[in-house]
Amino acid sequence: MVAERELHDRLLRIALAEVRRRSGRTPVTGPELDDVAYQAAGDAMLAILGKLGEFRGESRFTTWAYKFVILEVSSKLGRHYWRNPPVALDAGQWERLPDRLGLDPHQHAEAAGILAEVRHVIESELTAHQRRIFIAVIVDGIPLDALADKLNLQRNAIYKVIFDTRRKIRRALVAKGYLDEAGAGRR
Amino acid sequence: MSEQDMLQRFLRTDPRDVGCGEATAVLHVYVDLIATGQDAPGKYPGVAAHLAACGPCGDDFAGLLAAVTTDEPDA
Repeated sequence: MVAERELHDRLLRIALAEVRRRSGRTPVTGPELDDVAYQAAGDAMLAILGKLGEFRGESRFTTWAYKFVILEVSSKLGRHYWRNPPVALDAGQWERLPDRLGLDPHQHAEAAGILAEVRHVIESELTAHQRRIFIAVIVDGIPLDALADKLNLQRNAIYKVIFDTRRKIRRALVAKGYLDEAGAGRR
Repeated sequence: MSEQDMLQRFLRTDPRDVGCGEATAVLHVYVDLIATGQDAPGKYPGVAAHLAACGPCGDDFAGLLAAVTTDEPDA
């Protein structure tokens, strides 16, 4: 029991430090941030006790254990995003796309062509599900973990859609001559 | 940074990238290697590629590394 209490105290200390480290990037503040830390420490403790048999000594025990609490904080803060989201799911703020890609279509025609091609790929080569994810994360800027929570998906499922879409866009821009095969931009 | 550089950066994908699941599964091992001055990216290049590309996993990595390096020496 003493060992468990000590571990919980450590997890709580780590959780409190972690929510503060992330505090500038989450709408959660003040006592609510501490609540997230307490919940994360409690849930991590339960997970650790349930998975003790899976610890194989590949790292220090504390590093293995702290991973649980870091992931709990990450997941809980993603969930809290939807309490007061700065942008709604499916907002589809296409006007933000140039900024996301670092392009200014008013400066030169090539940027406008690239943007049109990117939009064409998104609209014609993605399934509705993939399109929704890509637009939410890249166009609307919804945090990946918040979207994963909202759509009840694993983080990796979201990441893979973004990863694959980037490859499709690159391929299309190469085919249209906006980028070369090696990845260097056409100058 | 030029527009082309920013676009290249946005579109960059590393074929070694192992994805979130595999990176998270070994994150504690990877972090311990880093914390003890060993060549974690050399041993796990696919994890290194992923942590560099995935914001949330990179953040988890930073948090775990901070946790183990600021914890007491007996940890």
